[in-house]
Amino acid sequence: MKLYCLSGHPTLPCNVLKFKSTTVMLDCGLDMTSTLNFLPLPLVQSPRLSNLPGWSLKDGNAFLDKELKECSGHVFVDSVPEFCLPETELIDLSTVDVILISNYHCMMALPYITEHTGFTGMVYATEPTVQIGRLLMEELVNFIERVPKAQSASLWKNKDIQRLLPSPLKDAVEVSTWRRCYTMQEVNSALSKIQLVGYSQKIELFGAVQVTPLSSGYALGSSNWIIQSHYEKVSYVSGSSLLTTHPQPMDQASLKNSDVLILTGLTQIPTANPDGMVGEFCSNLALTVRNGGNVLVPCYPSGVIYDLLECLYQYIDSAGLSNIPFYFISPVANSSLEFSQIFAEWLCHNKQTKVYLPEPPFPHAELIQTNKLKHYPSIHGDFSNDFRQPCVVFTGHPSLRFGDVVHFMELWGKSSLNTVIFTEPDFSYLEALAPYQPLAMKCIYCPIDTRLNFIQVSKLLKEVQPLHVVCPEQYTQPPPAQSHRMDLMIDCQPPAMSYRRAEVLALPFKRRYEKIEIMPELADSLVPMEIKPGISLATVSAVLHTKDNKHVLQPPPRPAPPPSGKKRKRASDDIPDCQVLKPLLSGSIPVEQFVQTLEKHGFSDIKVEDTAKGHIVLLQEAETLIQIEEDSTHIICDNDEMLRVRLRDLVLKFLQKF
Amino acid sequence: MDPECSRLLPALCSVLADPRQPVADDTCLEKLLDWFKTISEAGSSLLLLQENPCLVELLFQVLRPQDLSARVLSFSLRLAGIFAAQEDCFQYLEGELLPGLFGEAGPVGQAAWTAPTVRSGWIQGLRSLAQHPSALHFLADCGALDTVFSLQGDSSLFVASAAGQLLAHILGLSMRGPAEGLPSLQAPDWPACAQKIVGHLEESLRSTAPPQVTQALNVLTTTFGHCHSPWTRVLWERLSPLVACLLEEDPLPAAHSLVDLLLSVARSPVLSSDCGLWETLAQTLRHLSPTQAGPLALGILKLQDCPQALRAQAFGVLLQPLACVLKAADQAPGPPGLLEGITGDSVTVDTLLSSKSACAGLLCRTLAHLELLQPLPQRPSPWPQAPLLGAAVTILQFCNGSAAPASNVGGRLCALLAGCVRVQRAALDFLGTLSQETGPQELVTQVFSVLLEHLRSPDSSATVLKKAFQATLRWLLSSPKTPGCCDLDPHTQLFLRELLPVLQKRLCSPCWEVRDSGLEFLTQVTRHWGGQAGFRHVLLTSEVPELAEQLLRDPESYVRASAVTAMGQLSSQGLHATTASPEHPGGQQKSLLVELLRILSEDSEGFPRRAVMQVFTQWLRDGHADVTEDTERFVARVLQAASRDLDWEVRAQGLELALVFLAQTLGQPGSHCPYAVAPPQATLHSPPAQALQALCRVRLFEFAFRALFDCDRPVAQKSCDLLLFLRARTVPHSGPQEAGGSPDVVSVEAALQRWRAGEQGPPLGDLEPETVLAVLRSMDLEGLRGALAESSDHVEESPQSLLQDVLAAVGVLGENQADCY
Repeated sequence: MKLYCLSGHPTLPCNVLKFKSTTVMLDCGLDMTSTLNFLPLPLVQSPRLSNLPGWSLKDGNAFLDKELKECSGHVFVDSVPEFCLPETELIDLSTVDVILISNYHCMMALPYITEHTGFTGMVYATEPTVQIGRLLMEELVNFIERVPKAQSASLWKNKDIQRLLPSPLKDAVEVSTWRRCYTMQEVNSALSKIQLVGYSQKIELFGAVQVTPLSSGYALGSSNWIIQSHYEKVSYVSGSSLLTTHPQPMDQASLKNSDVLILTGLTQIPTANPDGMVGEFCSNLALTVRNGGNVLVPCYPSGVIYDLLECLYQYIDSAGLSNIPFYFISPVANSSLEFSQIFAEWLCHNKQTKVYLPEPPFPHAELIQTNKLKHYPSIHGDFSNDFRQPCVVFTGHPSLRFGDVVHFMELWGKSSLNTVIFTEPDFSYLEALAPYQPLAMKCIYCPIDTRLNFIQVSKLLKEVQPLHVVCPEQYTQPPPAQSHRMDLMIDCQPPAMSYRRAEVLALPFKRRYEKIEIMPELADSLVPMEIKPGISLATVSAVLHTKDNKHVLQPPPRPAPPPSGKKRKRASDDIPDCQVLKPLLSGSIPVEQFVQTLEKHGFSDIKVEDTAKGHIVLLQEAETLIQIEEDSTHIICDNDEMLRVRLRDLVLKFLQKF
Repeated sequence: MDPECSRLLPALCSVLADPRQPVADDTCLEKLLDWFKTISEAGSSLLLLQENPCLVELLFQVLRPQDLSARVLSFSLRLAGIFAAQEDCFQYLEGELLPGLFGEAGPVGQAAWTAPTVRSGWIQGLRSLAQHPSALHFLADCGALDTVFSLQGDSSLFVASAAGQLLAHILGLSMRGPAEGLPSLQAPDWPACAQKIVGHLEESLRSTAPPQVTQALNVLTTTFGHCHSPWTRVLWERLSPLVACLLEEDPLPAAHSLVDLLLSVARSPVLSSDCGLWETLAQTLRHLSPTQAGPLALGILKLQDCPQALRAQAFGVLLQPLACVLKAADQAPGPPGLLEGITGDSVTVDTLLSSKSACAGLLCRTLAHLELLQPLPQRPSPWPQAPLLGAAVTILQFCNGSAAPASNVGGRLCALLAGCVRVQRAALDFLGTLSQETGPQELVTQVFSVLLEHLRSPDSSATVLKKAFQATLRWLLSSPKTPGCCDLDPHTQLFLRELLPVLQKRLCSPCWEVRDSGLEFLTQVTRHWGGQAGFRHVLLTSEVPELAEQLLRDPESYVRASAVTAMGQLSSQGLHATTASPEHPGGQQKSLLVELLRILSEDSEGFPRRAVMQVFTQWLRDGHADVTEDTERFVARVLQAASRDLDWEVRAQGLELALVFLAQTLGQPGSHCPYAVAPPQATLHSPPAQALQALCRVRLFEFAFRALFDCDRPVAQKSCDLLLFLRARTVPHSGPQEAGGSPDVVSVEAALQRWRAGEQGPPLGDLEPETVLAVLRSMDLEGLRGALAESSDHVEESPQSLLQDVLAAVGVLGENQADCY
């Protein structure tokens, strides 16, 4: 069993598991942090961005000044943003049989895999995952395609040139494999390969393994996966949460008794407690708005935003914010808000019960009804008519490199009354802000990551007790910035196996058994013999028939009739010869009784010696030695076959034959 | 006993003795016992029994084989004990009854004995009875002691504990009198009961079963704790070798009880001079685990006369966990102090690192012990203030992950303590206590910075924040003033400038507990520093006052109440009118008054309304500018709102406000605030008639008269006091010509009658001072005060009522007579 690790990002994993005869890809996350190296794509012409000076080498050579721009001491690529794909060279991706998706954040690289690698398999995901994943992809494509950029920079990627660039461009890995965003056509094609599944549904893969999605509690439709055969069980835990937020709670019990547990997608900010961060978010929002400032919340169009809106729903009255407009701007804002209300079966119990009242499960419906929350596909159109300040704007993209957020950063960045509050943990907020410097607006970092923290993981592992844990290497040591925090790493016994990008792990467990079926007529012919109370044995002579990873014992063909002619039929050559089998023996030899029996049969001067493995019975007179061990007995005598046979028969008296 | 009770008693006894009429209510029996106890303490029990033979009959009933309920059986045992506490009565009952009740022939061993209440009654009966030498002989003869011994291990903790206490009591009683002096160590010289008990204790102390050892130690702890006669010294001399043997064992059996015993012995004035005792204590300190040693160390340090070496050892034990923490953070206690010599021993380190709960438990206990020790006069001197401050700060840094661990131990501590709310709370409390004294400036800066970190951190839970606010307040108020200047020192100023944005954010928290703690902090700090220019400046340049005002409309009533108090305080100190224009200096204040009046009349919850009344009373007392502008109108509006309030505390507070107004109007000498600017000199000397008119104008009388018949007693009492005070001040001034009987007086009295009867009735309308005075004169206010002073259930509490209740409950009395409630 092998694990091919195609992504080094612990929360955007992409691993391939070879298990029995199947090749299963676990998630295909897309690392978008590469976009932080690019200049933002402004929705409205930005003189500031277009007038940034080109970057030149120390010696004054300015051949890169078209591709690289300098802003407040940082250098950015002036080109369409590109993404860092999962590793494609480590394994032939056309051999992947199935792709299992855990949640909508972990499928963003899907079009790259399904459309460009010769992939012919099947993709499995839950319905909300697919629908919301589609929204995220649609938003991404829309954000990038609506601001077409003529220029495509590639000169800087040349290895010799890249060495000369300042950090972080100099240290960016595998820039040659970075790719532009996919198209909507590719998205549609990729999504058409997805087969929808429900929690606890068992899906057979070629008869060899069975995969099952389990609720992971992190997002609408998010799952962990069990991949099991009859005797082996691998659990794949990715993006799970034990907090009471909107999704169905995590199913922990089904993860028990795993041979291997692959653990990814833990919280990216282990020191930040989501409750505290929500409090921080609300307080800072209220303080800004009270002073007449605007609040900008760069966010994804689904996920934490539902919880934030719910929290604000309860908070705005107490904070005297009832008259402040909340705007949600995204090409998919409407669909996201509506979708969340219809996936009742994927919601937590409280929200499910609301549906029967009937009430919308999320209170943002009421915010929309009372006009406190308004949503728009973009800043163009209706929004510009309704826009009123001070206000709170939720919009993407959290990287601040594309989407409507770029416009608001340009618009509000100059005033210290305004605040940008980062709630998504995927991007470093300082790096995200770099191309907007110098910035007067206040920046608050309240990352809300509801995924498992290390305390919860250690409790989970204690409860489900997997034999082996496999996880990204980042989880096996404290975070570099807090090297003394030994509590911020996975602590389990035996220690977790770690992986990094482009590594192949041989998983530390051997398959020992395979299930074989016996045909009824064969089973009928067996005559079991009880060798111990409760244990019966029978010898089986059969033909092992293997097809589609299923093994069946069939009755042996009848012995061919004696040849009628002298000439043997060719056909009978194919039939294996059924030799007369020696009887099988079982049982153990009680030494004392054996010695008594020997004495009865005239042997004298018997001496018994205990050895590490059993006993040695010495017949001193006959110069013979009987070595009795757990699984073998040897009679060593000097060329006296008669004696040997006599002794053998005495030994056999103590054993059962069948 | 009054005749009516005597009349009812036979019926009661026959009801109790009748198994077919079960007494449903346990509390009745308890009340009956209390009553009998009071009677027997006041007079002769013998006489009582002779006058009421039914009581003895009742006790005899118990001896007959019948199915008496367990609770009646228990009651009878306790009753017999109460009577037999007097020696003559004991002799009267001794013949057949007492052996039948408490001897082997009694309930012991019978089916009823399985009920814990019967065993408990048996023990309590004996406990009451054992008061005189005759009782001792009885105890020795009837074999009860053996039963008491066995009851020490009873499954019911109440019974087991009572058995232990009974043994201590009997031991003390038997050593009284002839053996009072100094008996020899030899057993034969001791009274029989004492011999038996001491023998039993010795045997238990030698036992290998920890529960038996614990029982013996508990009996001894009670004995040495309560009895300080010279014989206890002999007892200790006899038993201390056995106790010393216990110390040899590993693990130490019954460590907690042993600590209690040793401390009890050490506190005893007859024993504490014993040198061997100090050695035993020192040895015990060495043997106990760090968790067990804490209470003993604290106990030793609380002792008045104790050798210095032992105190040092005990303090060392107490400080050890903190020394470990400091060492783990590589903060070898730099500043000179006691911690210097103490290096955390390996056992303490092991305990700290064994698990999260053990670590938190040991640290919390240590901090709590030191917190108790800090204010005591006998605390160790010099007090290691600086290392303790350092330790508290370091613990807090470990908890929020900001400490830099210097070793593996530190790394492990960091992992165990990160985010541990329990330890954070304890450490913040302790840090607050340490504010009584200051420390090196560098450390004080660290204290403020760690407090600020906790106040600022989004991860601080609501309770941690509350404690952090409290500790901050204590440190702020204890911070030194700049010499020669009455304003705050620069460090404090700087801290305040950083603190207020945090407070601002906390006042916007979605968690109401946090908003509430923030407001409480604001109130307190303003109360103390409202006059300090530095504080005023920082506060007024922040948004805190506006945010506090906004919280007057918070959805949570507790927060509204705290906001009312905070705003009242800010306004009193003139810290609210920030945006008022120079032409209308009172503009903002007015709106606050209106807002508070709105809360008083409209808020659906009691807490904010009570808070408003308190603020208004304080404003009136202090002569708040907005009140003095038109005091009468203010008082009239407040009283009108308060009189309609459904919350009795609001009405009571209304009377408090009325009293302040009264005192100011009539010129009460020594009024609540002698320095108040409010009552102008003219009012003090104004003729009472004029003053009375002012009181009439604000309708104070109607408010007070209505309150006089309030269904809530405290309100009525307060009103009664107010009117009595008023009468004392005014009636001597009024002439005899103002006699009652005028039509006005009659109508007022009629209204009072209606109110007394619980009817609402129309308002009194405008009253003339003469009418009021006439009504005041005619009222029996003293009588009313007397009636109100009786508890409202004094009628129902009488023994007669009690007897009637019991009888009514089983239907012996007719229904009409039943005092049902």
